[in-house]
Amino acid sequence: MSDAPTDPRPLAVEMRGIVKRFPRVVANDGVDFELRIGEVHALLGENGAGKSTLMNVLDGLYRPDAGEIRVFGRPVEFRSPRDAIAAGLGMVHQHFALVPTQTVTENVLLGLPRPRFRLDAGRYDDEIADLARRHGLAVDPRARVWQLSVGEQQRVEILKMLYRGARVLILDEPTAVLAPQEAADLFRTLRSMVADGTSVVFISHKLAEVARIADRVTVMRRGKVAAAGIPIAETTTAGLAHLMVGHDVLETIERTQRSAGPVVLSMRDVEAEGDRGRPALRGITLEVHSGETLGVAGVAGNGQSELAQVLTGLRRCSAGSITVNGVETSSRSPRQAIGQRVAHVPEDRTGVGTAPNLSVADNLIMKSYRDAPLARRWTIDSGAVRRFANRLRETYAIAAPSVETEARLLSGGNLQRLILAREIATQPRLMVAVQPTRGLDVGAIATVHRLLLDQRAAGAATILISEDLDEVLAVADRVAVMYEGRLVGLFDAEDADVAEIGLLMTGGGAPTAGTPVSAPGVP
Amino acid sequence: MTATAPTRRPARTAGRLRWSLRLERRLEVPRWLPVATTVGAVVAALVISGIVLWIAGGDPIAIFVHIARSSFGSLGVLSDTLVKATPLILTGLACALAFRMRLWNIGAEGQFLMGAWGASAVVLIPIVPAGAPSIVTIPVMMVAGMAAGAAYGAIPGLLKAVRGVNEIIVTLMLNYIAFLWLSYWVFGPWSEGGFQLSRPFPPEAWLPRLSDAAEAVPAFAGLTVHLGLVFGLVAAVLVRFFLFRSRRGYEVRLIGDSPRAARYAGIDVTRNTVLVFAMSGALAGLAGMSEVAGVVHRLQQAISPGYGFTAIIVAYIAKLHPYGVVVASIAFGALILAGREIQPSGIPAMIQGIILFSLIASEVFLRYRILFERRDA
Repeated sequence: MSDAPTDPRPLAVEMRGIVKRFPRVVANDGVDFELRIGEVHALLGENGAGKSTLMNVLDGLYRPDAGEIRVFGRPVEFRSPRDAIAAGLGMVHQHFALVPTQTVTENVLLGLPRPRFRLDAGRYDDEIADLARRHGLAVDPRARVWQLSVGEQQRVEILKMLYRGARVLILDEPTAVLAPQEAADLFRTLRSMVADGTSVVFISHKLAEVARIADRVTVMRRGKVAAAGIPIAETTTAGLAHLMVGHDVLETIERTQRSAGPVVLSMRDVEAEGDRGRPALRGITLEVHSGETLGVAGVAGNGQSELAQVLTGLRRCSAGSITVNGVETSSRSPRQAIGQRVAHVPEDRTGVGTAPNLSVADNLIMKSYRDAPLARRWTIDSGAVRRFANRLRETYAIAAPSVETEARLLSGGNLQRLILAREIATQPRLMVAVQPTRGLDVGAIATVHRLLLDQRAAGAATILISEDLDEVLAVADRVAVMYEGRLVGLFDAEDADVAEIGLLMTGGGAPTAGTPVSAPGVP
Repeated sequence: MTATAPTRRPARTAGRLRWSLRLERRLEVPRWLPVATTVGAVVAALVISGIVLWIAGGDPIAIFVHIARSSFGSLGVLSDTLVKATPLILTGLACALAFRMRLWNIGAEGQFLMGAWGASAVVLIPIVPAGAPSIVTIPVMMVAGMAAGAAYGAIPGLLKAVRGVNEIIVTLMLNYIAFLWLSYWVFGPWSEGGFQLSRPFPPEAWLPRLSDAAEAVPAFAGLTVHLGLVFGLVAAVLVRFFLFRSRRGYEVRLIGDSPRAARYAGIDVTRNTVLVFAMSGALAGLAGMSEVAGVVHRLQQAISPGYGFTAIIVAYIAKLHPYGVVVASIAFGALILAGREIQPSGIPAMIQGIILFSLIASEVFLRYRILFERRDA
């Protein structure tokens, strides 16, 4: 036990010897965890390290197979999150549980024993507005949830917990859905809350933000504690990374000199409508060369998804022209895009990038089942499929018991390896990668980056769309900034000014309205 | 797997000790489990049916023995069971194929009737001159039955693919239209002497039966099982091959699991919707052809006791697997046959219903682990 008798603050939560088994995996294997009153305690670990499981046990969603939990000194056995909240524990999950058509107040009150019959909205609105103001959670209690941004919805979830009297907040990867500015707001709120005596468990796999917000950090690796409750001042980023993955991770990406070839992709004044019929792309003009990576930075919802869809045939352009290797392709189908060797690593890995209930092999052949050697006229050669799938599984180290395993059983990192393996197997000329590392752990991120850079070295033109500016700057040769459907800036990655890009991303760059920045030629 | 009680366990206090049941989502489904739950559900259904029979004053054991004997007890009744199973195999395959792509074709009944009508038209219009040999008449009837069923199935397929119309409602209503269409022909143009049935088909339009070979093999005497069974078995093999070995079948499975992933993979969902609906209709249409040419030998209003609807249950029990459809169809064929021995209606339908409900309920075991826990209240 790493009790620090020198720290006078009493414990809010104490978990001892927690064991939680799932079929074939021990998600938590004798885990100890403690949270002091008034601290932000980061729970750091790779995907699948057991962080969320441990906190779901604490929140009463799972019952531990063994172990003991004390909350504010009292032993507890929670049967459900309702018991947990009664004891002062509230968890905010990655996926929110809000009713979109109801107001903030109604969502906060939902499930509470009072008000019983009549909803005196006005009174509760004021009460909730007051609670929000005290904790610096800017949100209008009368707004309907569907009108709110993701950041605001998260604040509603936190309000729900606070209104129910939570003195311990568990946040499961709260920044995964937030823009940088929203994350900064969240951190400010958390700071003021702990100053008032609330305690926070902050689940994350991002080293930088853990260093920014946490007082102490517990690192988990493969269901066990790798380091318990170290004060953040005594850690280094490299040291934490080492604890997380068990081996030193190269934080810098080795990049070969750019050897850009001819233009592969050229877009001229491309316009497209979004799902709700509003303009999503407004006059996009850009070029990407063979052997070059163009990073597209921007806050989510500024047209990046539509840009990827237009390039891969999933969305029609309403104006403008797109050529790939000189062939006009502005109104084509996904099938034609595949035929032109445009690869796509989609944003939504489980909904679009894979069919969850089909096997790994079936998922690996999605782009090549039409062609030899997998296809023989109108049949599929199952032997060739097996060989093809096994080769990709080995080459790309997709951790699955066999190629017959259903894709939904793979972890996020393995799923992304599967998608990349499939796309790279088509020998793409243009690779469109959207948020390829979101939600992945350090090791998997490095793999994804390496694979993308290998494609670049092989002569593919790559478009990397990411909200993670550090990633864009680390991987791309040039950086384009998108804001409200326009390209508002284009920089060489080497001499890009992060502050300026940040400003452009948030609309602070006074965009030269209507005039897209033209693509400078590549030296 | 045991749900170990937490370490804290105070002394029991009388009356406050409770068992509780908890569901926990399964991360992985072992291969044997779907088979085990299906068998378990059928056994549970028989137990529940037995209790109902016992309450009604019957002897459940005697009744089940009677059912088994009157459906599998001799070569003769086994043959009758297979005759009942034949249309179920083909309509069951029709449903299983469509359901694989999450196309809820509940119109197999209508497509069955249209297939029967199309096949009859070959004889009754006639399309093939009277007196043409079997070798000509029967293949033309097959093509006509399948084409009629396919065309009828393509209607909801087109409506869904082009205009996004809900296929459940369309197929359900088309069943009524098919029934009335058939009624028009058997009451009107094809009526024989004012009765709601057509004149009998000439023997050239009959599917061969095992009893036809009784002169060579005396044991076949009286066995009514006909060539339609072979159609069903061959169709099961072909549907399996289509789903798991063909490019188009791969597309069907991909669309069924994730339409968005299918679109991303460049698959034309619209065209596959029409195609699969037409194929599904063709299978059901072939069932109709096999029934008029193999069993009733004429077109009449009452040619289906709801095969197209029972097919939905059959496809579900089979977990949409073609070979499973064959097994489930034989079981249901037995139930239909033996049911008539027990009671004209009522009990057999009840047993079918309980089996269906048990199977639906058993899905919970596939999705969740059930944990019993002892708690101190």
